[in-house]
Amino acid sequence: MEEKEIIPVPDEQQEYVINMGPQHPSTHGVLRLLVSLKGEMVKNIQPHVGYIHSGIEKMCESMTYTQIIHLTDRMDYISAHINNEAVCLNVEKALEVDIPDRVKVIRTIMSELTRLQSHQLWWACFGMDLGGLTCFFYGLRDREKILDIFEETCGGRMIVSYNCPGGLMYDIHPNFQKRVKDFIKYFRKILPEYDQLLTGNVIFHERTKGIGKLTKEDAISFGVTGPTGRASGFSCDIRKHEPYSAYDRVQFKEILFTEGDTFHRYVARIEEMWESMNIIEQLIDNIPEGQFAVKMKPVIKLPEGEYYQRVETARGELGVFVISDGNKNPFRVKFRSPNFSNLSVLNHIAKGFKIADLVAIGGSLDLIIPDIDR
Amino acid sequence: MDKIQLGEFIKSIARDVEIKEGKQYLEVTVTPSILYQLARQLREKEETHFDYLFCLTGVDYGVDLGVIYHLRSTIYDHVVVLKTRTSDRGNPLLDSVADIWQTADFHEREVYDLLGIKFNNHPDLRRLFLDNSWGFPLRKDYVDDINIVTK
Repeated sequence: MEEKEIIPVPDEQQEYVINMGPQHPSTHGVLRLLVSLKGEMVKNIQPHVGYIHSGIEKMCESMTYTQIIHLTDRMDYISAHINNEAVCLNVEKALEVDIPDRVKVIRTIMSELTRLQSHQLWWACFGMDLGGLTCFFYGLRDREKILDIFEETCGGRMIVSYNCPGGLMYDIHPNFQKRVKDFIKYFRKILPEYDQLLTGNVIFHERTKGIGKLTKEDAISFGVTGPTGRASGFSCDIRKHEPYSAYDRVQFKEILFTEGDTFHRYVARIEEMWESMNIIEQLIDNIPEGQFAVKMKPVIKLPEGEYYQRVETARGELGVFVISDGNKNPFRVKFRSPNFSNLSVLNHIAKGFKIADLVAIGGSLDLIIPDIDR
Repeated sequence: MDKIQLGEFIKSIARDVEIKEGKQYLEVTVTPSILYQLARQLREKEETHFDYLFCLTGVDYGVDLGVIYHLRSTIYDHVVVLKTRTSDRGNPLLDSVADIWQTADFHEREVYDLLGIKFNNHPDLRRLFLDNSWGFPLRKDYVDDINIVTK
């Protein structure tokens, strides 16, 4: 019998392309990744974004500065308060308004609470992505306590809109200080449990250590900021470099690692939670007396010029760039969103790893899709 | 370097630049033809070392289309703003800086998508958010018949 000749498949035909998303649970929103695979190995990733592009920058051009604040909530809805703060700081800087100390301190406390709840949610989802379902329950249980504090003071839970140009919408609730202190006391006990549950887990180590390495040079070149960048040794904490609100009067460490793999991106966020609690504790008993807002004109017009304000959200550097022509509407607003740059590095670091690692790497970048699409 | 030193330095490495001391940062306006050269020099020269492009904005000035680059040095912590503009609305063409700062890849795609500015030598210039049935919504003369945004 004649033997059948086996024709080897050429290399370029072995590659096949699959869609991950837009409804994949591990993309945490409507992000579509076009993944080229060879066997199980990732060859190339093309992110397709824009499913929830809402034209926020265009809308800003026909809105007043007070209205814009409410749009920024909808970008990175997990750190809504910090987005609001960025716009307010920019307007206040342009108008050279002096903000009462009370406002600065309250804003800082709220920002750190926002960072805490954001990292809690991230931890919950990251654990779930890697198969640790318990994390999700733990994370959301504790996050709920912060959202309750927000609700009492701001009225909103996630989309808080608590800032306005010149200060805050309303004063803090009488229970605020007590509840925050109770929460910190509670969470200091709980956070080591997070470590016991996930950080020390052997399977978790196997799946994250050495996976998705990002060097410092690449982090800078790709503009990767936040805990993701700092895990690679890129010192990019705006709270340290350009302190705003009350960050210049508190002591805290900038968490820096040099390894830059998925595991250290994880540890960086856990460490940041400790730092956030330190910052809150330094401020919560020393909220100065005074006004919670200065009176601003009903119609805010910025003097002609360009204004740039950077803040540190839970995911990295948010830049608000306003070009004003002197009218009540801005001429152009650009939001330099942290997730947009962080997403662009995904192809670079996930190439050559297995598709299951892509889930871990994507999770460790902590992407929020509306912030990418805007 | 502070603003004045930076301005002096940029004057020494490039001609035809217009330097303005802005409220926050030093603003340098250049013609599209020398933008790429200047950007590369600012990145590579030891004295400036602008290794971090933290914002890239496309702007429609009404007549001209322009791009604004915010650069920062992670070693010296100084910042410079590069600006360039072109009056060719039909076929605006600038040089890509994606091979100097990799983050420019995505940012330039966004500018192309929303403002229609094309970039020479860009590795992968496709629309990012919208499909081809859209015009360029961030242009000031964009007419949107369906939605309520009428500016």
